Amino acid sequence: MVKKQEIIKAESKEFNFHYADGTHALKDINIPLYEKRITALIGPSGCGKSTFLRSFNRMHDLYPGNKYAGEIILYPDNTNILDKKVDPIEVRMRISMVFQKPNPFPKSIYENVAYGLRVRGENNKRLLDDKVEEALKGASLWNEVKDRLQDLAYNLSGGQQQRLCIARALATDPEIMLFDEPTSALDPIATVNIEELMSELKKKLTILIVTHNMQQAARISDYTAYMYLGKMIEFDETDIIFTNPSKKETEDYITGKFG
Amino acid sequence: MSKTKSTVSKALAKNIRRNFVERLIEWALMLSGLIAILITFGIVFILVTESIPFFEAVSIKEFLTSTIWTPNFEIKNYGILPLVAGTVTITGIALLVAIPLGTITAVYLSEFASHRLRETVKPILELLVGVPTVVFGYFALLLVTPLLQKIYPDLPTFNMLGPGIVMGIMIVPYIASVAEDAMRAVPMAMREGSYAMGATRFQTAKTVVMPAALSGIIAAYILAISRGIGETMIVAIAAGQQPNFTFNPVESAATITAYIVSVALGDLEHGGIGYQSIFAAGIVLFIMTLSLNILGQWTRKKFTERY
Ligand SMILES: Nc1ncnc2c1ncn2[C@@H]1O[C@H](COP(=O)(O)OP(=O)(O)O)[C@@H](O)[C@H]1O
Ligand SMILES: [Mg+2]
Repeated sequence: MVKKQEIIKAESKEFNFHYADGTHALKDINIPLYEKRITALIGPSGCGKSTFLRSFNRMHDLYPGNKYAGEIILYPDNTNILDKKVDPIEVRMRISMVFQKPNPFPKSIYENVAYGLRVRGENNKRLLDDKVEEALKGASLWNEVKDRLQDLAYNLSGGQQQRLCIARALATDPEIMLFDEPTSALDPIATVNIEELMSELKKKLTILIVTHNMQQAARISDYTAYMYLGKMIEFDETDIIFTNPSKKETEDYITGKFG
Repeated sequence: MSKTKSTVSKALAKNIRRNFVERLIEWALMLSGLIAILITFGIVFILVTESIPFFEAVSIKEFLTSTIWTPNFEIKNYGILPLVAGTVTITGIALLVAIPLGTITAVYLSEFASHRLRETVKPILELLVGVPTVVFGYFALLLVTPLLQKIYPDLPTFNMLGPGIVMGIMIVPYIASVAEDAMRAVPMAMREGSYAMGATRFQTAKTVVMPAALSGIIAAYILAISRGIGETMIVAIAAGQQPNFTFNPVESAATITAYIVSVALGDLEHGGIGYQSIFAAGIVLFIMTLSLNILGQWTRKKFTERY
């Protein structure tokens, strides 16, 4: 199935998820994330894409009653992210996330980007300055904001705010970045910017992205998983999923016969 | 054909009826709003007209600058400053107690407490708001002041410290409730953004949620100040009703409200200058709370949350 030589960065094994109200949102999900590759999750709304993505940084821990079962292993250290003994804060320090809607904090541009380092106790001005600049450059936002780093983040446009959120997530040197429909609230030009940015980011880290937009998945991802009703129907190289899927359901969804 | 026609006309009739009801509701709402405005204007009108005779006898300069307030004495002095000083001091003590306690309670309820705990504690807090202030007054006089006297034996029975502290306790639920609402209104997406960066609950509360809810929190403080300035019974009972130009919390004093209530209930004959003085004092009180409300509106505009 996967012919290339790839390194597995993380892998979900027989992963199940129940929401507090009993909804069995994910059923026996097995998906590998290959290192320095972009993996896209596609499927109709409500099939469990966000639920799966948010399991990687234990976001579900914020709400009481949610239950994980199975494993999500992080390599090379073989840590089971879902293990009760693993501190979710530690997981989130290694795996960062960009949300569907830009959600900057009510702070300056600078402080937004420095946030992750500050919560880690970093207060060295020189180091923060360097990291903020590096992250903003990494998110191709530096040129637009370098003269107004102390401005409130809300004064940026939607696309800029989303790149700010990417810079924020980038500043702590994560190993994996999660994107939950990061361009669904943006105009086409801002969308292109972010897609280009992701292709740039994958040189350094592993990306898992949920997208509603199949063209987007086809454009930017290396691997694609098609999900339906909480199950992973098919996982393969993106080219194969879009040109020659092995499952009928996948083909129907890709060709727009359904969904 | 005729069937569809009749359903259409039925629907139309329903529409007309609904429109009429909507109109009626709109009018009723407007009327009640109008009544509220009229009453407010009425109060201002009475305050001003009733205090005109007072200001004919007492110059505005004396009223605003004299530091003696002795309407009951042989030599009458009408300087509002002692009453203002008492009001400011007691309210200040109350805020020193209420702002930290109220804010911490709000943060705890909004960011740390489980849903169950919050749903139990909040109604209890809101119940506290309904405790008659007379109760708090005697609480200050009979419990808090004697306790304070154990620590500081020279404290007189009537003082500003005891009622100030008790007023602070009384205000805590106001601050906690309003500030908690403001913090809960901060969208979950913003908290998730913070947690996703590896922040703890406390870091999230302190550096993301509180700044995002700032205008609501400030509104809570301003509401608390207004409540303190307007509070009457606690001070009337436990602070001594002695107009005294001092900011020293261990002395006895009177506040504007305590003075007004003592005159309204007391021995000064209606119609005299002494009696009219409560309207002048009332104007000062009105201006103080009005400017606080304006300040509140202004901060609300200035720090409007943009999530
Ligand atoms: N907080 C929740 N509590 C209960 N069920 C939920 C919750 N959030 C999502 N779900 C359900 O879980 C399923 C998957 O949702 P989600 O992961 O958001 O789908 P997607 O991102 O693919 O649109 C849906 O059936 C949804 O209704
Ligand atoms: Mg989703």
